[in-house]
Amino acid sequence: MLEVKDLHASVGGVEILKGLSLRVKAGEVHAIMGPNGSGKSTLANVLAGNPSYTATSGEVLFEGEDLLTMLPENRARAGLFLCFQHPTEIHGVRLDHFMRASFNSIQKSKGLQEMDVLKFDRFLNEKVGIVEMDRNLTKRSVNEGFSGGEKKRNEILQMAVLAPKLAILDEPDSGLDVDALRTVAEGINQLRSPENAIILVTHYQRILDYVVPDNVHVIINGRIVKSGDKKLALEIEAQGYDELEKSVESLQSSG
Amino acid sequence: MTQRPATQEQAYLTALESFEKNGYANDPSWAHDIRKAAMSRFQSLGFPTSRRGNEEWKYTDIGPIAKAKFRSLDSNAQPRVNAADVEGASLGEPGWSQLVFVNGGYSEELSSVSSLPAGVMVVNLVEAMRSTPDLVQAHLARHADYEANAFTALNTAFIHEGAFVHITDGIMLDEPIRLLFLSTSQEEAVSQSRVLIVAGKDSKAAIIEGYAGISDGRYFSNAVTEIVVGDGSTVEYYKVQQQSEKAFHITTTEVALGRDSNFSSINIDLGGKLTRNNLNVLTEGEGSSSVLNGLYLVNGTQHVDNQVIIDHAKPYTTSRELYKGILDGKSRSVFHGSIIVREGAVKVNANQVDKNLLLSDQAEADTKPAFWVYCDDVKCGHGAACGQMDETALFYMRSRGIDEKTARGLLTRAFISEVIESISNEPLRGQVDALVQTKLQEWLVS
Repeated sequence: MLEVKDLHASVGGVEILKGLSLRVKAGEVHAIMGPNGSGKSTLANVLAGNPSYTATSGEVLFEGEDLLTMLPENRARAGLFLCFQHPTEIHGVRLDHFMRASFNSIQKSKGLQEMDVLKFDRFLNEKVGIVEMDRNLTKRSVNEGFSGGEKKRNEILQMAVLAPKLAILDEPDSGLDVDALRTVAEGINQLRSPENAIILVTHYQRILDYVVPDNVHVIINGRIVKSGDKKLALEIEAQGYDELEKSVESLQSSG
Repeated sequence: MTQRPATQEQAYLTALESFEKNGYANDPSWAHDIRKAAMSRFQSLGFPTSRRGNEEWKYTDIGPIAKAKFRSLDSNAQPRVNAADVEGASLGEPGWSQLVFVNGGYSEELSSVSSLPAGVMVVNLVEAMRSTPDLVQAHLARHADYEANAFTALNTAFIHEGAFVHITDGIMLDEPIRLLFLSTSQEEAVSQSRVLIVAGKDSKAAIIEGYAGISDGRYFSNAVTEIVVGDGSTVEYYKVQQQSEKAFHITTTEVALGRDSNFSSINIDLGGKLTRNNLNVLTEGEGSSSVLNGLYLVNGTQHVDNQVIIDHAKPYTTSRELYKGILDGKSRSVFHGSIIVREGAVKVNANQVDKNLLLSDQAEADTKPAFWVYCDDVKCGHGAACGQMDETALFYMRSRGIDEKTARGLLTRAFISEVIESISNEPLRGQVDALVQTKLQEWLVS
């Protein structure tokens, strides 16, 4: 589904990704772990097409298509979804209106039926239940005045509405208490299917107790330095990133 | 051949002299006196200049108005306007009463006054000057000061036809009253539009004042509206301007608020080459509250200047001002908001906000708040902001499949949503929203 080959990317002229490669197949859940500043969020943003991030070299294929030349909206229409670490507040745009505009633009691009207000309302009601979100929040401006937990639930809600092929979740667990974490994790698990794939970016192992990954990768200094199965996440939890960082440094200085 | 007037000021004097002998001849003598005094004042004031030190006109150069030869047309010489043009420019529901004016002159055939409750007058000003002079004389030209303001003086010098709305004490109107001022450009005409609204004690009314051009040419519209809000009454006042983008549009609105009255003014500017709105609100009674909102959309080389003065002369009065602007191209906006709190006007609560969204880096917005507070026990606040489109929000929307153009449209519309939602009249709110969206779509396409 996704193939990242030797990707280099920079933010504000500073290179953050330094040759990252990754393959994700349909049905898989990949966890990407790493210390702060290692490039986890950069990877998520580059894949979604955030204009603040520049891919300087390398290649990314999404279902065989060159992802990096696609506009962000076209990536979404092709089935890619970024769950933001810090979702933006948009004053004056009602969340349910926004979600309908988003849903319909994707439907339209696929030549599928758009939903009118009433139909979408019913559809949204079902989805709101999944994330145990207050329905009244959807009548307010997008993310405006939402608590940290509400913002995360809202991201998962939108993911449930859009049902993407590939969901990239940028630290969906940050700032959540245990109950909220469980709800968010359940929302993510609902998307799991043989046709879909998930890339879950996280700093901590905690969420992986609920969303069990098929593969775990560790990013340090812009590259994947270690890959394994779910046991790798537990190792990191036990040792911390320090040991890995040291071994990477010594490798780089000797190489 | 008649001698050419040396200045445009003199050309207006010549026009008035001719009207006094013809169309104005049968007006009551006091009307002649007002016109004469106002014209004399206009001659000595002259058009204001944007020279240094003239704070009021510092950012707005009305040189093009002062230099141009706009024609003052006699009522009989007004060009014909068809019903379709009126329909296209009308706001609100077709069934609501509407007085229509062409270049400031009243058009009986285009106007329609539906059954109004007893005690409500919606008539041509000159008719009222003749039939009910007491009602008119008590207020006409007594609120809008023609001594200090040249444009008010110029308008007052041509007081004749116009709109007179009078609501007797205790009458609550269900339907808004519409006043539509159309301008034509065939003759580079000048419109001296005049409105007097008197809402009696404990009455309720909504007024929709529309200004529009029949063609996209050049003309000059100089309007003065006086509004008297009686004790305990509620007046909603909407002004929607859709002038030609070559037109000069100057308005002065003077409002006197009675005790415990409620007043709201929502000023929408969608057209005009150069627009200047003076809104002056005086709290004559204790406990009045006012909401003064505005919205302006400018592009190209359009210029819009809003000067709002709220004079809290009495205690326990409140005011809320919210003006928002969207600027594209090389356009310019000025917001100059003054809040005055007089000595002894305790417990005044006044707040003022002006925010601008710049869609181009060549557009410029100037916001100038001014506070003149002569009393301690008050609450006054202001806020101003000027910025560009929120790129983070834009990416967030696009990442959810919404194309860039639509996302920009949604964010721009969102920026002004508070002002649009403050239009409590539902049909009008929908129409203004549609007009705004259409305009924004045009900009985003080009």
